[in-house]
Amino acid sequence: MKNINKKFWLGVIVSLIFYGVVQVLITTGIFNDVTRSMFLLIGVNVMLAVSLNLINGITGQFSIGHAGFMSVGAYTSAILTLDYNVPFVLAIVAGGVLAAVFGVLIGMPTLRLNGDYLAIATLGFGEIIRIIMLNTEYVGGASGLSGIPAKTTWTVIFFFTLITIVLINNFIRSTHGRACIAIRENEIAAEAMGINTTLYKVIAFTIGALFAGMAGGLSAHTFYVITPGSFNFLKSFEILVMVVLGGLGSTAGAIVGAVFVTLLYTYLRDFPEWRMIIYSIVLILMMIFRPGGLLGSTGFSLKKFGKKGAKVSGDVNSSAS
Amino acid sequence: MEYFIQQLINGISVGSIYALIALGYTMVYGIIKLINFAHGDVFMVGSFIGLFSANFLSDAGLPPVLVLIVSLVFSMTVSALLGITIERFAYKPLRKSTRIAALITAIGVSFLLEYTGVLVLGPQAQGFPDILVKKQFNLFGTDIQVESNQVMILLVTIILMILLQYIVRYTKTGKAMRAVSFDMEAARLMGINVDRTISATFAIGSALAAAAGVIFGMTYNSVDPLMGVMPGLKAFVAAVLGGIGSIPGALVGGLLLGTVETEISSLGYSSWRDGVAFAVLILILIFKPSGLFGKNVREKV
Repeated sequence: MKNINKKFWLGVIVSLIFYGVVQVLITTGIFNDVTRSMFLLIGVNVMLAVSLNLINGITGQFSIGHAGFMSVGAYTSAILTLDYNVPFVLAIVAGGVLAAVFGVLIGMPTLRLNGDYLAIATLGFGEIIRIIMLNTEYVGGASGLSGIPAKTTWTVIFFFTLITIVLINNFIRSTHGRACIAIRENEIAAEAMGINTTLYKVIAFTIGALFAGMAGGLSAHTFYVITPGSFNFLKSFEILVMVVLGGLGSTAGAIVGAVFVTLLYTYLRDFPEWRMIIYSIVLILMMIFRPGGLLGSTGFSLKKFGKKGAKVSGDVNSSAS
Repeated sequence: MEYFIQQLINGISVGSIYALIALGYTMVYGIIKLINFAHGDVFMVGSFIGLFSANFLSDAGLPPVLVLIVSLVFSMTVSALLGITIERFAYKPLRKSTRIAALITAIGVSFLLEYTGVLVLGPQAQGFPDILVKKQFNLFGTDIQVESNQVMILLVTIILMILLQYIVRYTKTGKAMRAVSFDMEAARLMGINVDRTISATFAIGSALAAAAGVIFGMTYNSVDPLMGVMPGLKAFVAAVLGGIGSIPGALVGGLLLGTVETEISSLGYSSWRDGVAFAVLILILIFKPSGLFGKNVREKV
């Protein structure tokens, strides 16, 4: 326990130093606008990937409707700041909360399904949310909302991301997180051990939706415009790809995956015709040669650098911040 | 009433296209439990090959019916080869790894086909030639109209279905396919060449998708490299609706989805069409998780 505490504070200090360095580079203007918005995007994507990892990687529930929750958060917070002058941070949190409510509503009926059927159902729900947005004039229909104040700064995004990582990681390490892992490993056995599987699945789903909603709100306030089309199932796939490329079941992996995909996307922007082709070839090759993802399912720990090959599946004692 | 039947006929022709694509999904899922997301893009490739060969053959002066048959067969053959290639290079190395890794690969292949298409053909839509002259008939002297195209779609679908039933029921490959989908390991022990059977499944599924692509092009007269995304997803919904892994299920699911969609559109809610399709899917999944024709598999403890 002491060890975990020490690692936790070490992680916090390292990330605060990282925050400071980037902040200085932004204020001194060494980072141009492209790099700055790339860092904001990395933050949003890390939040999305870490929250999806809780559902897919830790609880083992195959969900591919994350963009739906993201859009609920994005639209809610954008409307709150645009029409009601709600303070920015409050609007983001409100967006997350509404997304969480959707998480409960969608999770309750669908989480009885498992495997591929759950995947299809969540995909369907994500698309239904998109189509509802598309047909609602109040939120701008197909043209979406524009003129959203660009209030997301590096400071805001950094602290939201840090809080996401810390909270989700603490959840994973708690009794409840262990219950979720038990469900992933063997649902029937977990049930037999007295774990209320439905309850924990819904909890994981709701927490995932909460943070996805907040990430959506932050991304809406980074760019000026949101349209229903930016939250289609391709976006859900993109988040899933981050989680799987990084290593399903590992928070550190989700972070690495999110950073990797964002960098890939940003730097391939110079080759627009080749961007998606290179991206898809990277995906296929990654899955063929390293199907477990970059970090496998092991957590990130400094100890591993000393001990080679100490791979424990499902090790989540990570201080991945 | 007549209006309803009119929409039903339109729905059946849309549904036939879904059904043909859905068959590929269902067969592949039945045999290796993979949601082959690239299937919708094989449909797109098939459509383009149909477009090119139809243009070429029309210029060469072949009679229209022959143009249709030859470009249909040519497109199906090339797509079958494409399906086998995809399986060989992208899915086969992953046969032993997790399903999620295979799924991500399928998404990768899908992007690869789509954006190679954009690179080679350009992102804009291209016109599909009218291979057959479109005519309209009145059904049994009523006001219900049937287009010659719709008759052609139904005809092609029925012929392909009969062919498929024959292959699956009576040929050696078909028997092997059923055996492998029932229990891959046991089939291997019985001396069935599992790899070849899986290749055959991909070939047949892709050929059916290509046929759907050609008739899709003839119906809507417009094809583009990203056209496979939505029909692919819908066909997948159709496959799940009917019970994934079941061939009659795919047919019924496709027709059902096509009919529901057309009825919704005809009531003036065409922008809600896709949403209703997914809502139907979720309702079916909640109340009958294995689809209309699916077998309920008990979980092993």
